[in-house]
Amino acid sequence: MKKNALLIKNARIIDPANDIDMIGSILIKDGIIQQTGGSITDSAPQIIDATGLVACPGFIDLHCHLREPGFEEKETVASGAAAASRGGFTTICCMPNTNPPLDNAATIDYVNTLAARESGRVTILTVGCITKNREGREITDMSELAGAGCVGFSDDGSPVSSSRIMVLAMLKAASLGLPIIDHCEDLELSHGGQMNDGWVAARLGLKGIPAAAEESIIARDIVLAEMTGAGLHITHVSTGGAVKLIREAKSKGLKITADVTPHHLTLTDERIASNPVKPEESPAFDTLAKVNPPLRSAADVEALIQGINDGTINAIATDHAPHTDEEKLCEFELAASGISGFETAFGVLMTLVHAGKINLNTLIARMTIGPSRVLINRFGRTGTLAAASPADIALLDVNRQWIVDKNNLLSKGKNTPFDGYTLKGTVVATIHRGEIVYRNSSPGIAQ
Amino acid sequence: MSMHETKSWPAGQGTMLPASMESWNHKHILDLDDFSREEIDLVFEIADGMVEILARDVKKVPTLRGKTIATMFFEPSTRTRASFELAAKYLGADTVSLDAAKSSVAKGESLIDSLRTLQALQVDTIIIRHPCSGAPYLAAKHLETKIINAGDGCHAHPSQGLLDIYTMRKQLGDLSGRKLVIIGDIMHSRVARSNLWGTRNFDIKVILCAPPALIPYGLKQWTENCGLHHVSIEHDLDTAIEGADIVMPLRLQKERQQSGLISSMREYIRLYQVNDARLSRAKPGAIIMHPGPMNEGIEINHDVAYGKRSLIEQQVTNGVAIRMALLYLIAGGKIR
Repeated sequence: MKKNALLIKNARIIDPANDIDMIGSILIKDGIIQQTGGSITDSAPQIIDATGLVACPGFIDLHCHLREPGFEEKETVASGAAAASRGGFTTICCMPNTNPPLDNAATIDYVNTLAARESGRVTILTVGCITKNREGREITDMSELAGAGCVGFSDDGSPVSSSRIMVLAMLKAASLGLPIIDHCEDLELSHGGQMNDGWVAARLGLKGIPAAAEESIIARDIVLAEMTGAGLHITHVSTGGAVKLIREAKSKGLKITADVTPHHLTLTDERIASNPVKPEESPAFDTLAKVNPPLRSAADVEALIQGINDGTINAIATDHAPHTDEEKLCEFELAASGISGFETAFGVLMTLVHAGKINLNTLIARMTIGPSRVLINRFGRTGTLAAASPADIALLDVNRQWIVDKNNLLSKGKNTPFDGYTLKGTVVATIHRGEIVYRNSSPGIAQ
Repeated sequence: MSMHETKSWPAGQGTMLPASMESWNHKHILDLDDFSREEIDLVFEIADGMVEILARDVKKVPTLRGKTIATMFFEPSTRTRASFELAAKYLGADTVSLDAAKSSVAKGESLIDSLRTLQALQVDTIIIRHPCSGAPYLAAKHLETKIINAGDGCHAHPSQGLLDIYTMRKQLGDLSGRKLVIIGDIMHSRVARSNLWGTRNFDIKVILCAPPALIPYGLKQWTENCGLHHVSIEHDLDTAIEGADIVMPLRLQKERQQSGLISSMREYIRLYQVNDARLSRAKPGAIIMHPGPMNEGIEINHDVAYGKRSLIEQQVTNGVAIRMALLYLIAGGKIR
């Protein structure tokens, strides 16, 4: 496909992969970055004057749920792709807990077919199941799933309880050179749990999920990864203890990587009891803040931020988990867990930058080259603005304020705990393979 | 506040509201976490008048005539439901009772739809009991109808908390410096939680006594963060009960053994049953309360339950008076 040339000029280019932070231009031709630098004299038929904006590699999301096949009322590949583009994402990895689950090549092929229709705006990669039907009993034909193109293996949401099965899965994954993407949860410890096991749970009379439910399985799987030589990616880390375990494992030179979500970096379990934009509803029992792993304590949030800053945590992943309104408009114990996260991710994370807790360049690194390296560049040279890379770029206004209105989300899932929040920082445009696939033209959401 | 002063309201025609009525600021009654001492005193003051009505031959006043009050119980209950329904009837309200566990839920209707239906039926006040913590908050958030929480999951049971404190005050007078011991399944007890909130403005000490597995992990931090400085935890009952003025064992559900939270009923009885020997460590004249229904022979033995120190039956009678007072304050049109 012949694509037009595009020049982005006067942007603050932040490209952590190449240690670049400068005012300059990016020249794109045929969907490929031709040149990135301060003194590009070439012109192009299409020019974006990005004065005052940041240009960085398009965001890469290692963990999202597109719900298709099986849960099209929550999200479809198409609606999820639109939401991802608006969030500045150019590569996303969807989890296999669909119905039927992605535990065989045929279902992965099916999702790949749907993904191909969206390939004009976002690259969608799939994660395959570790076990058949995500039941934790028999491992899938992992080589077949790898052949169908999956980026790793996960039984996300239904973690593998059996250590023996996990060993078998790791041995196989290691032989295929793909990581186990691990949702770490001891299902016996978390059984019946609704939220973090802390003071808010005690107050609200909701059953707690202890930090140990996550940490004990992380500890187990680090040991098993060392034994099998598998690559282990620990997803949606939520506790300070988990960060510590991962830091220690990495210092031993193990192939361990990790990601954390925007909500775990910015909200605590207190959000379930009270909503800063609706202080009159307290305690709120707010199902929009129900998520698994649960929102934790302020001390955990600080430890996660520390993990982002010191590199213990490689990536920020949304765990975009859309649900219908009905699944949230109910009793807390019956409500679905999950947060629709694509479209708020960057704005939410910018609160940490504006608060001086994370440097902008670090944030961008954890959303671009960080996750790209978890995927070991096997699925395209992403997360960089180096010449000859695919032209996946996000244009950001780090100071523009907007108010989150869940009804304006492109995702079918309106389930965001950030509804009504004023955020400072937004995605102005998303460029995928050289094409402008999203442009923020809705003054309705901006102040 | 005098316990014996006679009141002409709300029974009399020239209804006289207590002077402190302006302090009442609740549309709903969801928990005691937002009740001031003045508000609790107001409820008690009105309840005193209700006790008087309950002592009459003809227990009927027209205060809530024309009002419709619905009870919507998603959990089996006999005493709380009967208590609320009688309270409403004694005040002249029309009542409708929805056995939610058997009706709409069985047809797959969501809670919010069931509640909206009741609202559309023009019910003035909905009294809701639900096994899920927070369910009445969902109702209060999305409905215009007034909501009274008659017990939600492990979270709150405000009318029980009020009737407990009311009963203590009637018996002991001033509660300053008194010591209340609540024994048993604190983890799953909405009664305990509402008593913690309700007692916080009474200069009373509360000791929670339970095996470690039946105390929520975050309880201590909750009491610290929310100003419940009068609350402490003690796992040993013989220590906890020392010098107590009020002893309140909680019902122990048999499921707690199946889930392993207690190792055996035998051990629980040995360590946590309130019996005469244990009670001898409490203050002379200490009172016994229980939110019911009792498991006689488990958390409490027969002699204590029916002994002269037991106020368990008074709690039931006071419960009706307290619920009449709450309905008067919530459903009575005069106030808002």
